[in-house]
Amino acid sequence: MKKQIALAAALVAGAGAADAASRDYISIVGSSTVYPFATVVAERFGKSTAFKTPKIESTGSGGGLKLFCAGVGVEHPDITNSSRRIKQSEVDGCAKNGVAGIVEVKIGYDGIVVANSVKAPRFEVSRKDLFLALAARVPGSREGELMENPYQTWQEVNPALPAIKIEVLGPPPTSGTRDAFVELAMEGGCKKIDWIKAMKKQDKKAYKALCHTIREDGAFIEAGENDNLIVQKLESNPDALGIFGYSFLEQNADKVQGSVVDGVVPEFDAIAEGTYPVSRPLFFYVKKAHVGKIPGLEGYLEEFTSEKAWGDDGYLADKGMIPMPRAEREGFAKDVATLKNLEM
Amino acid sequence: MTPIDRVNASLRRRYARERRFRRFGLGAVILGLSFVSMLFISIAGKGYGAFQQTFIELEVEFSEALLDPDGGRDRGILSRADYDGLVKAALRERFPEVTRRGDKRRLYRIASSGAGMQLRERVLADPGVIGTSARVWVSADDDIDMLFKGRIDRNLPEAERRVDDQTIAWVDRLREQGAIRTQFNRAFFTNGDSREPELAGIGGAIMGSLYTLMVTLALSFPIGVAAALYLEEFAPKNRWTDLIEVNINNLAAVPSIVFGLLGLAVFINFFGLPRSAPLVGGLVLTLMTLPTIIIASRAALKAVPPSIREAALGVGASKMQVVFHHVLPLAMPGMLTGTIIGMAQALGESAPLLMIGMVAFIVDIPGGPLDPSTVLPVQIFLWADSPERAFVERTSAAIMVLLGFLILMNLLAVILRKRLERRW
Repeated sequence: MKKQIALAAALVAGAGAADAASRDYISIVGSSTVYPFATVVAERFGKSTAFKTPKIESTGSGGGLKLFCAGVGVEHPDITNSSRRIKQSEVDGCAKNGVAGIVEVKIGYDGIVVANSVKAPRFEVSRKDLFLALAARVPGSREGELMENPYQTWQEVNPALPAIKIEVLGPPPTSGTRDAFVELAMEGGCKKIDWIKAMKKQDKKAYKALCHTIREDGAFIEAGENDNLIVQKLESNPDALGIFGYSFLEQNADKVQGSVVDGVVPEFDAIAEGTYPVSRPLFFYVKKAHVGKIPGLEGYLEEFTSEKAWGDDGYLADKGMIPMPRAEREGFAKDVATLKNLEM
Repeated sequence: MTPIDRVNASLRRRYARERRFRRFGLGAVILGLSFVSMLFISIAGKGYGAFQQTFIELEVEFSEALLDPDGGRDRGILSRADYDGLVKAALRERFPEVTRRGDKRRLYRIASSGAGMQLRERVLADPGVIGTSARVWVSADDDIDMLFKGRIDRNLPEAERRVDDQTIAWVDRLREQGAIRTQFNRAFFTNGDSREPELAGIGGAIMGSLYTLMVTLALSFPIGVAAALYLEEFAPKNRWTDLIEVNINNLAAVPSIVFGLLGLAVFINFFGLPRSAPLVGGLVLTLMTLPTIIIASRAALKAVPPSIREAALGVGASKMQVVFHHVLPLAMPGMLTGTIIGMAQALGESAPLLMIGMVAFIVDIPGGPLDPSTVLPVQIFLWADSPERAFVERTSAAIMVLLGFLILMNLLAVILRKRLERRW
C-alpha cells in the first residue's frame, strides 16, 4: 500500500512538471453551435498534417470566451469559437489578463429554423406571429397596454393560421440558439408593432424585457440542448413546432420541414443570401500571443480559411454551415494571414 | 362474540389483504423489469447495426507515378501522397459513364472521406503494393451506410432523402456486382472520435476511461481502506469522529457535479494540472468514490467478529498485528466488493467531468493519463447531440458497450462476494 501511495504522489508531481513544459496540440473551446464545424476542420487538419489533432471542448460561447480571456500561456486555450460577436466587456476583460492581441475570424452563417413534422402541412408564419405566440406579455387592445399572453391556438394569434394549440419545443436559456432566436425572431417581430418600436428609444430596458421574455405557461417547452430529441418529439407530435439549427433540418429532411418565416423558406440559398430573417454569423477568436508558440496553429487557421473548407462547395457546407459571400471570405482570409487585430 | 369468533370473522379479510399486498409487490417487480427490458430492447434495436459497417470494393491501381514519382520509397513522401486521388480514380473507373463535373462530385461521395487514409495505411504497411493494382474494401460514406442498412426510406420523394436517385442507382449497381457489403466494424472499437460516423470509434474513450479508472483505483482504494481501518479500529470514539462519520455519509449523497466544481477549483485552477486529462478526471472521481469505499470497508470491518480480535490479542499480538494479520484479510472481500461497485459508479459518471474539460472532441487515442482524453459516458453524450443520422446507432452501440462493462464489473463483485465472503 505504501508503494501505491508513493506512486500516486509521483503521478501528481509528474503532472505538475509536465504542465510547466509546452503543449504540442491546439486547445480550442467555445460554442456548441460552432463545435460541429470546428471539429471537422480539426479532424482533417490532424489527419493531413504531422501535427496532433486539436482538442475541442464544447463550453458554450460565453464559457469559452471566459476561458479564452483568462490569460496567456499553455494552460489557456488558443482559440475560442463563438456563435455571437465578442462583447466590449469581454475584450476589456481579456486585456486585463494580458490577452491583448486577438484575431477575429467570421466563418459563415447558421440559420435557426422553426420546423414541424412532415406529416402536418407546412407552417407559414411571420416573426410578428412568433412574437405574439411566444412572448410572456403581449400588446392588449389599446395602444401601450400590455397583458399576459392569452393566446392558446395559432388561429387566435393570426386568423390565417390553423386552429391548433400553440406548442413550441425550443432550447433552454443557456443555449446560444435560444439567444439568437430571441434576438432575431422575437425581437424582429416585436419591432413590427409601432408603439413598441417607439418604446426602444425611450426605455430600452423595458423594451428588451418585453421583446426577449418567452412565456412560461407551458406553450413554450424547454426541450434541452439536444436537438435530436426535439426532432424525435416533433415526429411523434405533428401539431408541435420545434426550434433548432439548420444543420439538423438538413440531416432530417425526411422527418421535419422548416416553416416559412416572413415568406421565406429556410433553404441553403435563402440563408446564404441573407433573405431568411433568422440567421446569425459564427465566429472564432485566436490568441495572437500563441501563434508561433503552439505547433500547428498557423496550419489550422490556414485549413479553416481555405476554399475547400469554408468555400461554396467546401466540406463545411456539406455539414450544414452556410458560407459567406466570396468577397467577405477573401477579406477574412487576408485578415487571418496578416493576423489583423480585432477592431470593435 | 368470543375472541376466536372475532378472529375467524376477520380471517378472510386478513388473507385477502396479504394476497393483495403480494400482488402489488409482484406488480412492482414486473413493472420495473418491463421498463428495463424496454430500455434494453430499444437500445439494442437501435444500436446493433453499428457493429456492422458498409464497405465498397474498389479496384485500386497504386500508381507509382502518383504516389512515389522519385521511386525512393521515402516514408515522408509516401505519407503525404494524394490517396484521395486514388479513390477517385478507382470510382471513375468503376463508373466510366459519369463524366459531368457535378455528377463526379456526387460519385466521389459514395466512399468515405477516410477511404484515402485506409489506402495510405495499406501502402505504408507494405510499400510493395506500389505499382500493382488490387481489390480493396474501403468504408462507404455514412449516408450510403444508412441506405444499405435500410435506414433511409427509398420511397420518399427525392428532396426529402439524404441520398438522391442517381446515387441509389449507383449503389444498386454495386450491389448487383457484389461490390458492396457489410462486415464487422472493427474501426468502432479501435478508432478515436470522428465527425464522420463511419470513422468514429470508442477506442479513444475506452482508453480514457481506463486511465481515469486506474488513477481512481490507485488513489481511492488505499486511501479509503486506510481511512476505514483507522476510523473503525484505532480512532477514539468521541465527538470528532462522530462528526467525521456524519460527514462521510453526507458526502456519499452529494451530487457528483459538485465534485467536478471542486476539481476545477482545486486541481486545475490552484494546482495548475492540465484540463481534459484523465489524471484530473481520476482525482475528481476519487473524491466521489471515496465515501462509497469507506462506508463499504467499515461495514466489512464491523462484520469481522470481535472474538477474532480478542483471541489474537490474547496470544500476545499487538494492535497493529491484530489488524493486519487477522481483521484486514477477513474484511478484504467486502472491501473489494465495495471498491468494484464504486469503480462501476465512476465508470458511468459524466457530470463531474463536464467541469474539467473532458467533454471534448478528441481524435487521437490518449497514450497516458496526461494526454487529453474523454471517457465512455461523455462520448455517448457527445454523439447523442450530433446531427448526422448514422450517429444514432453509434450512440446506442456505445451505450451497449458501456452497459456490458458495467454488468461485467457488477458480476465480478457478486462472484467475489459469493466465493470469498465468510459468514460467522
